[in-house]
This record gives sequence, C-alpha cells and structure tokens, in this order.
Amino acid sequence: MMELYAKIIAIGLGFAQGLFGPALGAALFTLVKTSVLIMLIVAPLLGAVAYLTLLERKVIGYMQVRIGPNRVGPLGLLQPIADGIKLVFKEIIIPSGADKFLFVLAPVITLTVAMAAWAVVPFNKGVVLANIDAGLLYVMAITSMGVYGIIVAGWASNSKYAFLGAMRAAAQIVAYEIAMGFALVCVLMVSHSLNLSDIVNGQAKGHFADIGLNFLSWNWLPLAPMLLVYFISGVAETQRAPFDLAEGESEIVGFHVEYSGMLFGVFSMGEYANMILVATLTTIMFFGGWAAPLDSAIFNAIPGFIWLFAKVLCVLFLFLWFRATFPRYRYDQIMRLGWKVFIPLTIVWLVLIAAWMQTPFSIWR
Amino acid sequence: MNFTMPNLLPAYPEMFLLVMVSVILVLDLFLPQALRYVSYVLTQLTLLGCAVLTLDVAVLTQGQVTYTFNHMFVADLMGHALKVAAYIAVFTTLVYSRSYLSDRGIWKGEFFALVLFALMGILVMISANHFLTLYLGLELLSLSLYALVALDRDSARATEAAMKYFVLGALASGLLLYGMSMIYGATGTLNISEVAHAIASGQPNKIVLTFGLVFLVSGMAFKLGVVPFHMWIPDVYHGAPTAVTLIIGSAPKLAAFAMAMRLLVLGLLDLAVDWQQMLVILAVLSMAVGNLAAIAQTNIKRMLAYSTISHMGFMLLGLLAGVVNGNWLNAADAYSAAMFYVMVYVLTTLGTFGMVLLLSRAGFEAENLDDFKGLNARNPWYAFLMLLLMFSLAGVPPTVGFYAKLSVLQPLLAAGMTWLAVVAVMFSLIGAFYYLRIVKLMYFDEPIDTAPITPTLDVRVLISVNGLAVLALGIMPQSLMALCYFSIKAL
Amino acid sequence: MNIEGVLFYFFAAILLLSALRVITARNPVHAALFLVLAFSTASAIWMLLRAEFLAIVLVLVYVGAVMVLFLFVVMMLDINLDRLREGFWSYLPLGATVGLLMVVEMVLVLGGKYFGLEHLPNPADPGAGYSNTKELGRLLYTDYVYAFELAAVILLVAIVAAIALTLRGRKDSKHQDPAKQVMVKRADRVRLVSMPSEKKEN
Repeated sequence: MMELYAKIIAIGLGFAQGLFGPALGAALFTLVKTSVLIMLIVAPLLGAVAYLTLLERKVIGYMQVRIGPNRVGPLGLLQPIADGIKLVFKEIIIPSGADKFLFVLAPVITLTVAMAAWAVVPFNKGVVLANIDAGLLYVMAITSMGVYGIIVAGWASNSKYAFLGAMRAAAQIVAYEIAMGFALVCVLMVSHSLNLSDIVNGQAKGHFADIGLNFLSWNWLPLAPMLLVYFISGVAETQRAPFDLAEGESEIVGFHVEYSGMLFGVFSMGEYANMILVATLTTIMFFGGWAAPLDSAIFNAIPGFIWLFAKVLCVLFLFLWFRATFPRYRYDQIMRLGWKVFIPLTIVWLVLIAAWMQTPFSIWR
Repeated sequence: MNFTMPNLLPAYPEMFLLVMVSVILVLDLFLPQALRYVSYVLTQLTLLGCAVLTLDVAVLTQGQVTYTFNHMFVADLMGHALKVAAYIAVFTTLVYSRSYLSDRGIWKGEFFALVLFALMGILVMISANHFLTLYLGLELLSLSLYALVALDRDSARATEAAMKYFVLGALASGLLLYGMSMIYGATGTLNISEVAHAIASGQPNKIVLTFGLVFLVSGMAFKLGVVPFHMWIPDVYHGAPTAVTLIIGSAPKLAAFAMAMRLLVLGLLDLAVDWQQMLVILAVLSMAVGNLAAIAQTNIKRMLAYSTISHMGFMLLGLLAGVVNGNWLNAADAYSAAMFYVMVYVLTTLGTFGMVLLLSRAGFEAENLDDFKGLNARNPWYAFLMLLLMFSLAGVPPTVGFYAKLSVLQPLLAAGMTWLAVVAVMFSLIGAFYYLRIVKLMYFDEPIDTAPITPTLDVRVLISVNGLAVLALGIMPQSLMALCYFSIKAL
Repeated sequence: MNIEGVLFYFFAAILLLSALRVITARNPVHAALFLVLAFSTASAIWMLLRAEFLAIVLVLVYVGAVMVLFLFVVMMLDINLDRLREGFWSYLPLGATVGLLMVVEMVLVLGGKYFGLEHLPNPADPGAGYSNTKELGRLLYTDYVYAFELAAVILLVAIVAAIALTLRGRKDSKHQDPAKQVMVKRADRVRLVSMPSEKKEN
C-alpha cells in the first residue's frame, strides 16, 4: 500500500513541476494532494455521521424494547438519507433582527472545528494527514474553538432564550475542557510526546506487550481514572445525555431554537462529528489506537484501521447507552461535577503519575 | 543538557514565604470568623521566620554577593538589610491595622494572603538581578496592592481609588517594560550585571540607550511617586482604607528604592550623567509640588500623601549625587544616605499612619486635621509621640529625620550641587509648616472629638516603640548609618 | 517569492484588516469576533516562524479561553454605542498626536540600523527532529524556573484577588447543595413500613 502511494505521489509531483516549474509546481501539487486526502477523510466521516444517527435510533430503540426506524429501506438503512433530504428542503427561517452573517456562520464554525481536528488522527501506522509533533496540543486548541459556534449561535438568534441557553452551554463546555486538558496532560507525560502516532506506539511497549497481552499495556490500566474523567468530560463537552441540559430537548430551550432546515442539520452534524472525534481520541489515548489487543497471527492479520474502527464503535456504543439509560443532570450538578470533582481529581492524579515516573517502579522508561 | 540544581540557600526566605502563604490561604478557608486570629498569628510567625532565614542567609554567605537561579537572583548585604526592614514594616502594619480592619469587616484571610504576596513581590524586587525578575516582582507587588485597595468593596471611594491606581499602574508598567526592551535591544541581554558590562564596553547605540533610560526612569518614578508621575498618590492614599494606605506607603517604598538602585546604579551606572539630570528635575519638582500642595490640605491622609511625594523627591537627591564628573568617590556616601533616608521615612510613616489608625473607630475615620485637635488634652502620651513623628518628618533635631536630611545634603554639597541643596532646604522649611500645624492643633486647640482612645496592648507598645525609635535613632544614628554604608560598600 | 512569502502576506493582510475592524466596528460583538480572527491569523504567522508551540498555545489560551470570557462580558453588557463614541472628535487631536509620536518611535526602533540588525545572520533551519515544545520546556524549567514560578504566583494572586473582591455569600438565597444531594442514602429517604393487610368489614 505504502509503495503504491509513494509512486502516485512521485508521478503527480513530477507532472505538476513539469507543467508549472519547480517552486510553483510543488506548491500546487501539495495543495491538490492535501485537498484529496482531506476529502478522503471528510467524506467517509460525513457518511459515518449520518449513519451514526441511525445507529443511535436503533440502539436506543432496542434498549427501550422496540425496533428503531425500519420503514425507509431495508432495516431502515435509508433513513439518514431521508432525513438529509427532509432537512435540505425545509425552509431556513432567519429571525427578524438576527445578525444574518453570524447566524449562518455559527453552524459553519461548529462543523469546521469538528472536521479540522481530524487532520492529526492516525488511522494506521504512518497513515495520518499531518504527522506533527504537537498533535495533541493542536487537537486541544481546535476543540477549544468549538465553543464559539454555540456562543455566536445564541447571540445571533436575537432571542433571549437562545442566548441564555448558549451561555449555559458555553460555561459547561469551558469547565469540562479544563478537565479534558489535564487528563490529556497525564497521557502526554507517560508518552513523552505530543505526537499522536507516538502516543499510540508508546502504548504498544511495556511488560504486558512483551508477553503478548497488548490490551493490558494500553493506557487505560495505569491511567484508569483519567480515562473515566476524559470520557465523561467528552460526553459533557459534546452536550450528550446525561449532560445535555443546555439543549435539553424536552424541558428547556437551547441555543439552536431559532435554527431550522439545513442550518440545524449542520449543527447536528457537527455534534455527531464531535462525538466521533471524542470517541476516536479516547481510543487513541487510552485504548491503543490501531493496535490489536492480543499479539496473535489472526489478530495481526487484520489491518490497523479496522481495529480502530471497532474500538471507536464500542466507545460510541457507550455514548448511545448513556443516552438511553441515565436521567439528565441538573445544571448546577453538571458544573459542580466539572469544577469540584473532575479538576481536583485530574490534578491529584497528575502529581501521582509524575511522582510514580520518578521512582524506580516507573513502567514508562 | 546538563541540569544542575540551583543553589537554593539565598532564596530560602522567599520559598518559606510562598509555602506559608499557601498554608495560610488554605487554612483560612476552614476557620470561622471567631478564629481569624489564628491566620493573623500565623502571618506574624511567617514574618518572624522569614526574618530569621534572611539573617541566616546573610551569615551563611558572609555578606558576600551571591548569585543564583542562573544569575537572576542576587543576595547581597543591601538586599538583606532592606528585606529585614520590609519584614518589620509589614509586621508593624498588621499590628496597627487589626482593630481598624475588623471594625470594617475586611479582617479576612484574603487580606493576609494579599499582604504576604505583596511582601513577596517586594522581596523579589529587592533581590532581582535580571529585568524579568524585577518586572515580575513589580507586578506581583502591584497586583496585590490593587486588590488590597479595593478590598473594602462597599466603599465607592476605595473602588474608585483602586481603579485609578490600577489604570495608572498598568500604564507605568508598560512604560517600564518598553524601556527595558529598548535597553535589551541595545545591549542584547536582560541580565543587569551583563547590561552594565555591555554599556561599559561602549558598543551599544547611545540613542537607543537614552531612549530606554527615559522610559525606565518614568516607570520607576511612578512607583516611587515623584512628579510628574505622582497623580495616583493623593487619590489612592485618600481613597483606600487607612490600613491599606499604610501598607502602600511603607514597605513598597523600600522595593522602589531597591529597584532604583538595581536599575540605575548597578545596571546603568555608565549612563549616570543622563539619569542624574533626569533625577534632578524629578526631585526639584517633587519637593516643590509636594510641599506646596500639602499646605492646602485639610485631610491628613492627602497631606501625608503630598508629603510622601516631597520626601521621595528628597531621597532622589541622594541617588543623583553619586557620580560627579565620572568620579565615583562620592557614590557610597550618596547611596547609603538615600538608603538611610528611605528606611527612616518608612519608620516615620508607620508611626504617622499608625496614629491615624489609632484615632479611628468603627464608623469613624480620623482623617481630617480637625480630628487631631486637642490630642494633648485627650491623651498626652500619644500627642507626644505624634510630636516626635511630625518633627522627624519636618527634619527638626534631635529626631532622626534631621539626620536623614543632613546625610543626604552632605554628598550633595560634596558633589558641588550647592544650589540644589539650598533649594531642598528651602522647600523643607516651607514644608515644615504643615507638620508644625499638626503639632499646634494637638497642643493648642480644644478637642472636637472627645471619644476615649483605647487601643489594645500590642498597639500601645508598638506605637510607643515606633515613636521613641524615631527619637532614639535621632540621638544615636550611627548604627543604622553604618549598616547602610556597609551594605552599599559591599555591592 | 516563495510560498512562505505568499502565505505571510496573506495572513498579514487579514491580520491588519481584522485589527482595523476591531476598532472601527459598530457592534461590540463584531469587534470581539474580529479580534478572534486577528489572534488566529497572528497564530498562523507565528507558525510560519516555526514557533509552533507558541502559535497553538495562542489559539488555545487566547482564542479558546480569554476571548470566550470577553465575549460573555460584551454580550451581557448593555453597551450604548452612541454614548461611547460621543467624545471622539474632541479627543481626536490629542489622540492623533500621541499616536503619531508612537509611530515615529516605532519606526526609529524598527529601522534596524539602531540595533545593528544587519549584522545578525538569519536563524538557521534547525532540522526535522527539532521540537519547539521540548526546547521551550527545557529552558523554562531549568534556566528560567525562578521567573516561571513567579509568574505562577502572580496568577495565584489574580485568583485570590478576584474572589476576594467579588464573592458574596448571599445569606438569604436558598439553594441546593448538589454535594449533599449526591451523598444521600436510601435509608434517609425511604422507610419501609410493614402493615398487615386490612380485613374487609363484611
């Protein structure tokens, strides 16, 4: 695979340089190549987002002892397409007095941010769009910009309910961002690197990996509290149940109340894309990314990204399971959990891990 | 890269202070208001501990100049002397402020924390050998002081004073930083000793250096409170709660002096011709504005604020008499005189504001001159103490203020700036008027406010010691003078 | 002109334009959002200077946290734009003079010959294994650890000051304590009473 890829790159580069000269040709080729690679990531991602909605409805349905959508297409498989067509044809109503530019910009920000963070996610050994040495930092920076979509949406709607809902949601996101950041700092410390590929590779080393029990050498075991904090904060960041009070559909008005049609569609696409992103990051940081759980011939034959896909699917199932099972948290309970429980927990664990790494018992040499 | 642990010994006082501040901050959360005195006692013990540690460091380093933390931290005799003076000042401040603050509901754990953080900023500034640490110490001190001024949040006057202080202070910090960056650009280093080396080698561009010097002196002048950067002093001194005014007016002046010494004398001595001229202007204007404006005041806090301006101008006279025509023989005398003046000034300020605090009660601020009327009839001992303090500020022998002024004037005359000495004495005479006016009010007028003055025992003892020290040091100034002289000589 | 030059001028143009819009926008929320754009493009320019850690941290801290809180405040305040702009023309002469002075000074500074800049070589290309983050971390925690700790203390002072100045415990407000609610036991809430079933009077 990699040799074929390298050959295509070489041919393309030669072609472009021949046509436009060395400097301009190289630049244009890089542009085209990066765009194609981005399309290769974004297109399946959007498909995944669409079918995640269907999966959610089916899973929640079965948990509630009913079948989910099964009318549109076999097993309801064309349901997301029907939903998409419906949203496209719905009228987009822009409230009077709303700031038109910002109103349309808000969902764009949300979706862009959700997509942009995928640039550093490694799908297999060496298969990553941008293998930068500050990948973790990049992910944290991009996800921290996601809050702007919500604030701008609430503000631009020219509606007090939307505005207050946006403030609630933004405060919740900022609180849980800190806890997520600290949990990731723990991962950074034990991996000695900000590069996501290095983090995945680092989890393949260690005592258990030598025996062949890879899954015990992944980060979830020594950093178990951090996994819990990161995952639950991720659920809170993406405003999923049980932390979805800010948009709590059945009880309170959220920030997207004035949005209809495709604009709302883009918002919900951004939300699901964020969900998949958090699940993928959890997998990469704590569950070994694209590594196989056991070092055996059959497992190693299966390509890495299938393992990544399977693990992400398991984590996403957890997201859906939470939604079906737990009652909604009240807002002050959400804020208390974020500030008073998670942040002290992460700070304490950080100090603990740092101390552990300095002792002779450190397993991360 | 090899990492060697820096020599932590010289920084022990600062480290101890930081640990204790954190402990007090956390401990105070769990104390009910009735047990607030525990935080107070812990704070005083912290100050005591820091003093012990500083003396320890001074002994262990044998008074030699010791650098640590990659030459960002310097421990020398002048630093140790100023630090001990700062501890004494803060200790006294806390003792005096206790009943005042508890009457006004700001006797809280955050007060102790902020005072100790301000002290930490002062310590950092005193030991700074690098522009970065000097600036960080300055900001640490300033931020704590802004918060302290605004701590009485129900008082509109205090909030307004805090806003003014904050805005003007931020501006001055910006000017200081701009000057520092200019000098960095010209010399290529931020380390104060290396800056001195670079300037001595004659390589850096003179224009850029002078440029940076102007901004540096401006930023420094703000912190000292000299004209034309004195605007904040009367408003902040007046608007802040008197206890906080005492904090602002005492220990930070030591830090400002240390900043002036480190920046101008240790760092930019080769530019002395330039900055001495600047200081002449600042000093003359300060003495003029301070003394003349104080005459018209009816509020004693404002009056003392203007007198601060004039005293700081007088202190600058000591700093500018050091280098005469490239001749450094006068330097030690001049700078030690300035150091002596600052220490004496801090001592006297503690006393005067302590007296104002003494006369204040719950719901009553003793800030008008009329509140001092007939103090002799109410309580002759305190009137006598106030007499000593006022005489010291005016420069009347045998109080120590006279010796301070004399010791500053001597190097001035030796430097040949006779006209400056004459101007200084003239303005001091004008200034003596408003100090003696207080004495007249105390002794020769009928009391308006006849409430009994009942301070607690510790305040009584300490203020008496304070007042008598002013007299005692006036009769025997040699020990303090010698300390200052040897500190400066050891640089 | 290589691609880096093109990118630089592109980002610089956006930066200047958005900075200009920050001060001229009528709507304060628009001005704040233009400031966000300015920060983002400044971050891109820093990335061109190979300072990737600082660039990303600029986005993370300024755009992600500081501007969010800034927007909160701007959105919640009822800013009367017309009153805010009233004194513009009367202050213009003084403001223009000060601004002109600053421009003159900056030109003097940036004219490199005062600092001997033409003698300095361009910074060398550090190569592939160079990690900005690692080098910065190395320096911060060894040579500059004192300044670093002091900066941390200043942040602590900011927290203490903010709470001391603003936190008011309203004695009369009724509120729930989630901590107590979460620690409730079943025995505190439910009591099972065994009652014999009543016989129907017949």
